[in-house]
Amino acid sequence: MNYTFKWSVLWTGESGRWLLQGLLTTLELSALAWVLAVALGILAGALRTVRFTPLRWAATSYVEFFRNVPLLVWMFFWYFGVPPLLPRGIQDWLFNHGAEFWAGMLALGVYHGARISEVIRSGIQSIPRTQFEASVAMGLTTFQSYRLIILPVALRLIVPPATNESLNLLKNSSVALTISVAELTFQTRQIETYTARAIEALTAGTLIYLVLCLSIATIMAKVERRYAIPGLIARVGPAA
Amino acid sequence: MDVSVITSNFKFLILQGLIGIGPFIGGTLRLAIPAILFGFVLGIFVGLARLAQAPWIRMPATMYVEFFRGVPLVMVIFWIWFIIPQLLRLPIPEYGVALTAFVIFEAAYFGEIVRAGVQSVPRGQVEAATALGMTGTKTMAYVVLPQALKNMVPSLVTQMIVLFKDTSLASIIGYVDLTKAAQIVNNREIKPFQIYIFIAIVYWLCTYSMSVFARRLERRAA
Repeated sequence: MNYTFKWSVLWTGESGRWLLQGLLTTLELSALAWVLAVALGILAGALRTVRFTPLRWAATSYVEFFRNVPLLVWMFFWYFGVPPLLPRGIQDWLFNHGAEFWAGMLALGVYHGARISEVIRSGIQSIPRTQFEASVAMGLTTFQSYRLIILPVALRLIVPPATNESLNLLKNSSVALTISVAELTFQTRQIETYTARAIEALTAGTLIYLVLCLSIATIMAKVERRYAIPGLIARVGPAA
Repeated sequence: MDVSVITSNFKFLILQGLIGIGPFIGGTLRLAIPAILFGFVLGIFVGLARLAQAPWIRMPATMYVEFFRGVPLVMVIFWIWFIIPQLLRLPIPEYGVALTAFVIFEAAYFGEIVRAGVQSVPRGQVEAATALGMTGTKTMAYVVLPQALKNMVPSLVTQMIVLFKDTSLASIIGYVDLTKAAQIVNNREIKPFQIYIFIAIVYWLCTYSMSVFARRLERRAA
């Protein structure tokens, strides 16, 4: 292979700014989607363990349908499928205010919410039922025993699989390039288009993702040790 | 709601998109099945290499796994798309690019499952096999791997479902799978809601039947 590298394309011209913008968009998209996913995940994960059947059934159908369909399909669904159903005014407003970003955020958040709920459910179910019974016997309501007893313990148990899932979310945010959200992979492709330097551009993008993922994993390993419940060796298995 | 767009394009979506019979080289199943098989086989080697005593085998395998688990699949697909034509000096069809990318990427994930599966086999089994005079390779092939495989079934199926869904990303480089077929139909008919919900249901039926099958398999293995 006689390919002459020209790494300078990464810091001459617009490339540097594009990469930085892409990184910021990736972080912003992932952070917002993560908040949505965690909220949905806690809600659905907790609801799947309650006694009341309709609630449990609704949560189960949400989880089973959304996590078993490719994220890319959800991207197209939220970006192309949903807006035409909205009133004209809202549509116009959306397309003037970065509809692709919000569609990507919804797709990522709702999809990963279903996956995170599985992590949370396995965390809740790893707590002995007697803990719940004891807290009810102490006079707490169901909601109180979830909020004060079960969730605080479950949340500490699930740090490793939840980290894993959050990193999946970060990496999956690259799928948003298909609906032209200008995130990191999109910008990498843009540099490649403008400079015709595929290897250099892809290396830059890949390294940024690697550094991001490895540093988050390192930080979370510290968090895991810090909040580990003393005396427990049991780990919650990785989510399905 | 008007679903005639589905009935009139049903054949194209299912035959061309899902199975791969039609004017284009495509098909979700035609990509997913070999990708799962080859990815798993390569994953066995990666997983065993990560457990090797010799550091010059273990270290590259560890780096391989850490690298691919830290990078989005979309990125890997673009890498293969640009690199292979450069290396081989000949154009590679989308099918080859997508299959290569999936096998390389998923082998890292399958490797981790194989490693965990092997580590779940009690050490005494290896010692007993050695005491019976079996060589290392024989111990691995006849004693450890069969038991490990049984423990791996749930995570393996989960990963296969993930890989099945991931094949939708091949549509980014123009491979005509179910997702691309839906895009083609939508460009002509402009009925995005119906079309994308329909393929979501098709994907769901495939992945859900995989997980039902897995549950039955687990019950039999237990």
